[in-house]
Parts: sequence; C-alpha cells; structure tokens
Amino acid sequence: MSDSPTSYLPEHPPVKDWVNDFDHTDPRWTENPFPIWEELRAASPVVHTARFLGCYMPTTYQAVKEIAYDTEHFSSRRVIVRDVRPEITARAPPITSDPPEHKPAKQLLLPPFTPDAMKKLEPRVRAICNELIDEFIADGKCDAAASYTKHIPVRAIAHMLGINEKDSDLFIKWIHEILELGIKDDSAMMRAVQEMTAFFAGHLEQRKKNPSDDLITTLTNAKGPNGQPIDDVHVLGSLRLLLIAGIDTTWSAIGSSLWHLARTPSDRERLIREPELIPTAVEEFLRAYSPVTMAREVMKDTTISGCPVKSNNMVLLSFPAANRDPAMFPDADKVVIDRKENRHAAFGLGIHRCVGSNLARMEMIVAIEEWLKRIPDFRLDPAGKVTWSEGTVRGPRQLPMLFGKAN
Amino acid sequence: MSGKLKVHVDQDKCQGHARCKSLAPELFNLDEFGNAHEVGDGTVPDGLEDKAYLAKSNCPEIAIEVTEE
Repeated sequence: MSDSPTSYLPEHPPVKDWVNDFDHTDPRWTENPFPIWEELRAASPVVHTARFLGCYMPTTYQAVKEIAYDTEHFSSRRVIVRDVRPEITARAPPITSDPPEHKPAKQLLLPPFTPDAMKKLEPRVRAICNELIDEFIADGKCDAAASYTKHIPVRAIAHMLGINEKDSDLFIKWIHEILELGIKDDSAMMRAVQEMTAFFAGHLEQRKKNPSDDLITTLTNAKGPNGQPIDDVHVLGSLRLLLIAGIDTTWSAIGSSLWHLARTPSDRERLIREPELIPTAVEEFLRAYSPVTMAREVMKDTTISGCPVKSNNMVLLSFPAANRDPAMFPDADKVVIDRKENRHAAFGLGIHRCVGSNLARMEMIVAIEEWLKRIPDFRLDPAGKVTWSEGTVRGPRQLPMLFGKAN
Repeated sequence: MSGKLKVHVDQDKCQGHARCKSLAPELFNLDEFGNAHEVGDGTVPDGLEDKAYLAKSNCPEIAIEVTEE
C-alpha cells in the first residue's frame, strides 16, 4: 500500500478538519504524524471521527493509560481499526482476549520470551545481522529497510518458532496483507489469515508426531490452568499472533532508529564512542518512534479524561502519541539519547504489555550494535526517498543509505 | 546520616516490562514469567541508591516503591 501512488478511496476523502475527522491512513499522517498529534492534543484529550464506523483517539499519555487499564469498558476483541466491522472469527489470544481469558492465555507465552531466554537467542540474532550486512556492505550503499531491518525480526521469530527462515518473504507478504491492505480490503485480509492458518496447521500436525525444541512444540504441548490441553484453534491463533506481532513491529523500530542515526551524526558518533549507551538510546528511539498503535472497541459508555466516550465506537489506542505528550516527557518532541527517566508506553501499559518486548529490545540493540561496528559512517541517500508504512505500525519501508563520510 | 533504602515491587502492578532488571540488576530478579521482585528483603546496598531511584522512575506501571528507613 505504501508503494502505490496516493489515491483517495471514497470512504477516505482528504482530511480537512483533523480535530473532528482524523484519519490515520491519510498520506499526510503517514508522512509525518507528529504535528497532527500536537494539533489534536491541543484540542482535546480525546478526539473522534465518523470514519472507520466511528473511532476515538486519546491524545494524551493520561487518556491512553486510562483506556489501557480499563478492560471493562474497552475490549480487545478487535485490535485493528478498519473500515469494516465484520463478525469476529479469527481470534489471536492473548491480544484479542479480555479478562478472565486473558491471563492464562498470556501465561503460556511469557516463559519463552523472558530476558534470560533472549540471552540464548542473542548469538543467532547477531549472526543474522552480520550475514545480512555481508550481502551489501561492498556496495557502499543499500536500502536498509529492504536489505537489513526487514529480515532481522522475521528470521529471529522463525528461528524461535522452528519454521524455515527462508520462508521469510511469504511471512512478510501475509503481514502486509493483514496490517496494511487489510484495513480497506477485507478479502485480502481473510485470504492471508486462511493461508497462515493452513501453514501453521501443517506444522502443528508435524510437531504432534515429532516434537522439536521450538516454540510451536511448546505451544502444542502446553496445558491450561486446569491441566487441560490447549485446543488447536487457540494454538493457531497464538501462532498467527507471534508471527505477525514479531515482524512488522520490530522491523519498524530498528528502521526508525537507523533513520534517526543516519540524519544525526552527533548521536551516531556518541554511540560509537560509548556503545554502553545503546540500550538507553534504544529506549528513547522506542519512545520517540514508537512503532505500534493498538485499538480497542468501546463496549459501554464511559468518560475518559473528562470526555464522553460512547459504545460501538473503536478507539485508536495511540501509544506513540502518548509517548510524545509534553505533560509526561520534558522535551517530548526531541530525541535525547541519554534520557534518564523514560517510562514510555511503546510496549503498552497494563495487562496487554507486549509479550515480545524483551525480544524486540534485544533485536534492536544487536541490530544497532552490529551495524555501527561495521558501518560507522552512513547518511540518507539524497537521491533516494524514505517511505513510511501506512496504518497502525509505523516504520520506514524504503530507507536508502550511503556509507562512508559525506564529501 | 540518611537511613537505609529499600525497594519493593508491587506484584499486582508489575507487568513484566523488565526495565528494573535492566537498570538495576543487583536489586531485582525476574520469575519464570518475566515478572519482577526485589532481591531479598529489598535492602539497597551502599552505592546502589541511584540505581534504585532510576529503576523506580523508569517503571511504566509505577510498580516500584523506594522507601527510606
């Protein structure tokens, strides 16, 4: 979608009044959402549009937090804001789960994603980064999105799941269809979900006969709180979630970080001099360039930060906008790579905290460390164009870079 | 002379962001689900006071208390 020429669909005329009719699929939001969020935040802690069959957006950290913590009024049964609201068929526990189903579904996935588990995966991720760099370093330039950032998370999660890293292109196609095309094209989304389900169903059957040391086997053998086996539909939903959640998101975060470093030589030089600062810088990149926006469905009328919120609407739960709120973060619009106090919400707040947060952090740190070791000087290619993904996961999809010092 | 500092993680609030473990590994441990608790009774050894406050101020769930005896 981000590669096609700008064209407005009938349901999506160009926005004239952002405060009363926001549209996160508008090309201007895609290109640079930050000034739009400032305008919305100045108007109200919660704004609304009739698009998407009715949708709110909280604009402050406080409003986002209130909604994230309120699972009674705000359900996760729908987590993508779309033009259509068909009957719910494809669940992906625990992201689509509300209490009380949520906790046991999440407990199944937490142990494979602890920081200690990530330490074991780190050498493979470091090797992946270097294998990728080996392919293009001699060219003196690359599209960092297509040749580097895109491949790291997909190979890492494929490795964890126990599926073939070489099928990466297929996974990336599904993600594009579900997260970008699927907002407006329901049949594209349904097709992708069906293909993914069939793919994983095959692996599930295979692991039942021949267990392996991988995440698919772990889930196949997992038991619920009463010792009962988890049914196939649940396992398949969770596997779809892990593949989708593990790819676009981290790809975006690594890409945004490299985009920032390409444009900001002083920050790049500092991280080369002080590599121990990279984890702190990664937290700031997560805050300033948060990749993920979630959604909720309003189940019952309520009030958020003093604003009435009515049922049957969606909510664009913008953790990225919350992370830019000056009421929460001094110099919110500046990227301060040694920021000391940074309780950002890039991985969410409350019970739906991202299961993959430790994996994402590890991938980001390693991807940046390895890139800086091998390509310490780099800049955006002035002859190229940076393009950004459309929809609710934001990151560069084309990132043309030149290596070496500028003339 | 100031008293001893103690840290405490509110288990009901902790969601496993693991910022505390990253910033103050000496003071916090994570369980098998990645949720945090203070090491021992939470007493902060001399020299680690800054880390205790850093962990507290970076917890997105505001789950960490730092108290002075």
